[in-house]
Amino acid sequence: MALYSDKVMDHFRNPRNVGVIENADGVGEVGNAKCGDIMKIYLKIENDIIVDVKFETFGCGSAIASSSMATELIKGKPVSEAMTLTNKAVSEALDGLPAYKMHCSVLAEEAIKKALQDYYEKNGIEYDRSQFPDCESCAGCCG
Amino acid sequence: MENKMIYLDNAATTKTSRTAIEAMLPFFDSVYGNPSSLHSAGQRAAEALSDARQRIARCIGALPNEITFTSGGSEADNQAIVSAALAGKKSGNNHIISSAIEHHAVLHTLKKLEKEGFEVTLLSVGEKGIVDPDEVRKNIRPETCLVTVMFANNEIGTIQPVKEIGRICRDAGVPFHTDAVQAAGHLDIDVSEQNIDMLSVSAHKFHGPKGIGFLYAKKGIRLSNIIEGGAQERGKRAGTENIPAIIGMAAALEEACDGIEKNAARISALRDRLIDGISEIPHSVLNGDAKKRLPGNVNFCFEGIEGESLLLLLDDRGICASSGSACTSGSLDPSHVLLAIGRPHEIAHGSLRLSLSEENTSEEIDYTIDAVKEVVGYLRSISPVWRDLINGKKNYIVQ
Repeated sequence: MALYSDKVMDHFRNPRNVGVIENADGVGEVGNAKCGDIMKIYLKIENDIIVDVKFETFGCGSAIASSSMATELIKGKPVSEAMTLTNKAVSEALDGLPAYKMHCSVLAEEAIKKALQDYYEKNGIEYDRSQFPDCESCAGCCG
Repeated sequence: MENKMIYLDNAATTKTSRTAIEAMLPFFDSVYGNPSSLHSAGQRAAEALSDARQRIARCIGALPNEITFTSGGSEADNQAIVSAALAGKKSGNNHIISSAIEHHAVLHTLKKLEKEGFEVTLLSVGEKGIVDPDEVRKNIRPETCLVTVMFANNEIGTIQPVKEIGRICRDAGVPFHTDAVQAAGHLDIDVSEQNIDMLSVSAHKFHGPKGIGFLYAKKGIRLSNIIEGGAQERGKRAGTENIPAIIGMAAALEEACDGIEKNAARISALRDRLIDGISEIPHSVLNGDAKKRLPGNVNFCFEGIEGESLLLLLDDRGICASSGSACTSGSLDPSHVLLAIGRPHEIAHGSLRLSLSEENTSEEIDYTIDAVKEVVGYLRSISPVWRDLINGKKNYIVQ
């Protein structure tokens, strides 16, 4: 289908980092099954480096591809660098997404931020709350 | 089977049949006159047009001058509804009854009329997706100017009790329109026996060409123009007639109607084989009625997955299918039909429609069953929703 770029189809067909990390250092879930998209990110962090990352996604092709690409972009990176990941970087790395699918890349960014927030909370690390989306009214859902 | 395409989206469109193509060909470069022209080239086209009209009318038990050719089912739906609404308005009647599971060609036209002051009652359909004729009877008022209920649903394949609804409308003196786009060529249609006043048909759903259809309107029903500009179609639809497509539609409809019984028996056997196979997937549910169902329609919801990714992976396996997921429509909500039969959003997103034709084989069906099982299993294995369900953190919607 020409709906998606080859990169999106590659990450959809062969998603990287699918799965679960038991006793993860940070877990973030965003989205709503009612809206048709849920992403869950698991992080393993050692010495401030994301040594492993896994994801599970319920959603369309671009949601799965966005999760896969987002995990690739933060794997092996310092936490501070992962914090700067944007939805734009995810969609650009996928050679673009159709306009009405951009929210999938937003969801990927939010899922990673939520997992990082969980990591900060679990470890009692001070952080700037304004950097995190308010996922109770998550903008990525349904839009 | 690897490199072959398995086409299971015949409710979206069908392959144009050889019969239709052969019938059309002379009308591109041999009999190419304009039927409105007086010269012999034009008159040859006019004769072919008249012949096609007669043959089409015969297929549905109508008279030739009760057939108006349109660009397809959507235009026919628009014209039928707008015509009845305008006629109603003239006599001060502004109430229309329809159902919650109509095609958007009907629902959007009704929305527009609502903005213009019409009142629309959309009947609910219950879990099986079938309109209760009694509900039609109860909702008819003195100011009701139209009842429009589809012959068979395009998503879940349910066959509506049109004959009974038509009877109720006739007794009440209210015009009855039915969108028969999914039914024509697949189910027996007899407009007089089934009490139908107006009926919309689209050729490409029964192996005819795209961009052509017709509206049947019983003698005495006044049609209003949607397209102005000429005296074609008794002044009710302007524009030079699409002669090749009309000829192709006539050939395809005759062929389909001649084969209804044989095809229905063969296709519904394949359909039931497909339904039985897919039903083996745990936490899946058939949408629509198992019996009152188009011969070629299969529609399931699967818990824990989303439909678009299902379609893409089936396409990778050579299978062309369709879904009522929001992601496949570009809108935010899943199919209005699945919501109307009570499926929650969560599982309406995980729907799959497979629609068969007489060209499908039992080998294709078996291959498809295996592919659907495999893909649903895979998508569930990467779904956080499914993990929560199997871990007991959430309750299954479909048992």
